[in-house]
Amino acid sequence: MSQNLLEFKSVSKSYADNQVLKDVSFDIRPGEIHALLGENGAGKSTLMNILFGMPVIHSTGGYEGAVELEGEKVEIKSPFDAMALGIGMVHQEFMLIPGFTIAENIKLNREIEKKNMLNSISSRLFGKRMKTLDFKQMNKDARAALDRLEMNIEEFTFVAGLPIGYMQFVEIAREIDKTGLKLLVLDEPTAVLTESEADSLLSAMRIIAAGGISIVFISHRLNEITAVADRVTILRDGELVVTKDVKDTNALEIAEYMVGRKVSIERASDEARKLDDEIMLSIKDLHVAMPNERVKGVNLEVRKGEIFGIGGLAGQGKLGIANGIMGIYESRGDVFLDGKQMALGKTRKMLSAGVAFVSEDRKGIGLLIEEPIDDNIMFTAMSIHSEFLTSLRLSDKNAIREHARKMIKELDIRCTSEKQHTGRLSGGNQQKVCVARALTQKPTVLFVSEPTRGIDIGAKKLILDLLLQLSREQGMTVVMTSSELAELCSICDRIAIVCEGEVAGILPPDAPPAQFGLLMSGVKDFEGEVAS
Amino acid sequence: MTELTKENFSLLNSFRKIPFSTRAVGGLYLAVLILGIVNGFNISTLLSASLHLFGVWAVLALANVPSIQAGTGPNFALPIGIVSGLLAMVLVLSLDIKGMAFILLAALLAIVFGSLAGYLYGRLMNAVKGSEMAIAPYTGFAITAVFGLLWLAIPIGHPHMIFFLGGGLRHQIPLDQFDANFILARFLEIEIFGLEIRTGELLVVFAGCFLMWLFFRTKTGIAMSAVGRNPMFAKASGINVDRSRVIANMMSTAIAALGVIVYAQGFGFVQLYDFPMFMAFPAIACILVGGASGQRAKVANVIVGTFLFQGLMATALPVFTRVLEGAGFVNALRMIIQNGIILYALSRMSKGGN
Repeated sequence: MSQNLLEFKSVSKSYADNQVLKDVSFDIRPGEIHALLGENGAGKSTLMNILFGMPVIHSTGGYEGAVELEGEKVEIKSPFDAMALGIGMVHQEFMLIPGFTIAENIKLNREIEKKNMLNSISSRLFGKRMKTLDFKQMNKDARAALDRLEMNIEEFTFVAGLPIGYMQFVEIAREIDKTGLKLLVLDEPTAVLTESEADSLLSAMRIIAAGGISIVFISHRLNEITAVADRVTILRDGELVVTKDVKDTNALEIAEYMVGRKVSIERASDEARKLDDEIMLSIKDLHVAMPNERVKGVNLEVRKGEIFGIGGLAGQGKLGIANGIMGIYESRGDVFLDGKQMALGKTRKMLSAGVAFVSEDRKGIGLLIEEPIDDNIMFTAMSIHSEFLTSLRLSDKNAIREHARKMIKELDIRCTSEKQHTGRLSGGNQQKVCVARALTQKPTVLFVSEPTRGIDIGAKKLILDLLLQLSREQGMTVVMTSSELAELCSICDRIAIVCEGEVAGILPPDAPPAQFGLLMSGVKDFEGEVAS
Repeated sequence: MTELTKENFSLLNSFRKIPFSTRAVGGLYLAVLILGIVNGFNISTLLSASLHLFGVWAVLALANVPSIQAGTGPNFALPIGIVSGLLAMVLVLSLDIKGMAFILLAALLAIVFGSLAGYLYGRLMNAVKGSEMAIAPYTGFAITAVFGLLWLAIPIGHPHMIFFLGGGLRHQIPLDQFDANFILARFLEIEIFGLEIRTGELLVVFAGCFLMWLFFRTKTGIAMSAVGRNPMFAKASGINVDRSRVIANMMSTAIAALGVIVYAQGFGFVQLYDFPMFMAFPAIACILVGGASGQRAKVANVIVGTFLFQGLMATALPVFTRVLEGAGFVNALRMIIQNGIILYALSRMSKGGN
């Protein structure tokens, strides 16, 4: 018998033409805490989906390579197979029934039945499902599981109303209560916890691992990984970068592995560029209630005419900033535009003040997909500045057509005519239409979110060049939010990295990749570590 | 020669663009017309009857355009607008105002009542976003019942309006007593080869259609369409989505109130009590047959759909009566066709004409 509990052997996976995992091999030892780390899209979720036999894997043609459990090749076809093999998972979203007690949740669908006369009669009459339950034993088991986690909450408390940290523990207790659990996967378990809750979770993890259960710990918080994990595996762009003993490495090195060297891409040298000192946009204590992109107190100052980048991992709140300022999601805080305080949540006022927004959600917010290009381009300018209207206040078809043709030419929008519906365009051309609509408003400040997401390389370059040109030639202030660090570094003057709803730090575009990586992972005071 | 095939090809193509529901109902209508002619009907008699129903229904069908465009779907609460119009007419009639003055004054009041009711209804639609089409029909039914009580209790003593015995308004108030029956229909009415053209009524209909067409070329109208297509897009462009939806429902309700005045003069009666209850579905079927979907409607959909659907309704009864020699189930057959088409149109609604 091999010493490994689980082994991935040359696992590859493609969705259609898109290869998301390339020849990934690593192993997990019994009783170890193994951290799995990578940027968004690095392949962590796909790997875990394979481990759990999720239907999405098998409906898209399965995977290549092998998964071995205790030295034997296993075919995990469904989550039930995974459970039967002793693999448990705690998801990011809690799967608990609020109206049940903790014990009932822990024992859900694995209830213990009473062994008595009445039960044997009723089960014969009505089937097994009608057996009465042994609550005493269930509570006892639940108690034991909670005790193992050193959690001193009563097992008969209802889940509804529990603090989030406790719910996380209930989820874990449910998994470890399962007999034969060998491997527990925790997917970003600390993301929703407070610091003290996270600490107690980490110590609970140590206890579980000491009991012989291996843990796969998915997290991007480097300090937690270095604190608790035995080994760390880093994925980048679907490839395995390295598997290392944590004691042989440090947060800085891990961050560098995660971000890689790809940051250093060509950047037009503009040494002579001197930034205006004038502050164009000042954001103070901004909170935005955007689902999955919550902003929890951001402070930023953007100078006139600069291209200001906002980066960070998905779900950390970078996208919430622009959406909150534009009033798409509820927000509070103070925003000053050119020294004037702006009312938050009033999209119309923001737009009339000369702020334009290219949303990250092209099809959901950015476009009327069943309408022609020209109507899309003119819409906001008509609604805000009453442009494209004839003297009779009717829409001026000629002006709209002429303007659309001009924009199509300038931005090289590939289409059959200005009357083509935007839904028929490719992603890159749709994005150009969104940008054209924003530019038609003649803005002084332009927010662009994920401008190159899902578009081809030619369109990508054109859009980045255009943003650069708007800033350099027209003095437009551009705030670009992007998940792609490389593209931020290629055109931005400064880059703020957002982590957990706050600005972790602001870096120049030529800062070393490891610094970006550390900020993304929530390590704020990296000065010391860089030096070490 | 090649020119010709190309021409044919594009004709075929434009035929393909016509939504199936329009083609199907159009085909049925044509079949009934042919059946009628074969059985000795005069084509002008059949077309006159078709035009008549078109004239009385078109404005009610038109009322659905703003609500569909703004994303609240067809106005299943059309009875709200209809009772507003009925109330306007009843009040004006009770003052014994007759003729064209009655029509104009009633129209004015109908717009006021309709807008007020539409405002409240629009607010309701905003409160139940996502389930508009479930709430709306029952709102219509409820308001019809409330007004049923009102017609009984309203203190009006005009002898032509109340029951002969006791108080309360009659089920049908005859407009001939007020010189207002067919008043729009008879205005500049002409007859060509036996085809009656109710000029005044049609003028009202086409004026309404033109104004609606114009409205959707204004800033407010374009904004309203965007709200219906993609509320998030509209919001991101600084448009007050809720306000736009309220305006749309005010327009829709007020137009329905006007529509019932055209309807009443076209038949010569003001019908009360449960009359509004089942007015919404045929009006909605008209616009859907014309190629509108639950999210998109044009004035052309109203004109084409109302003519085909109401034309079919107008001709099917007399033609079938003669063909089947007065069999007792002719009216049942008509009901089956009418409700069948309504059912079909509603089932196609989400997929849309295009």
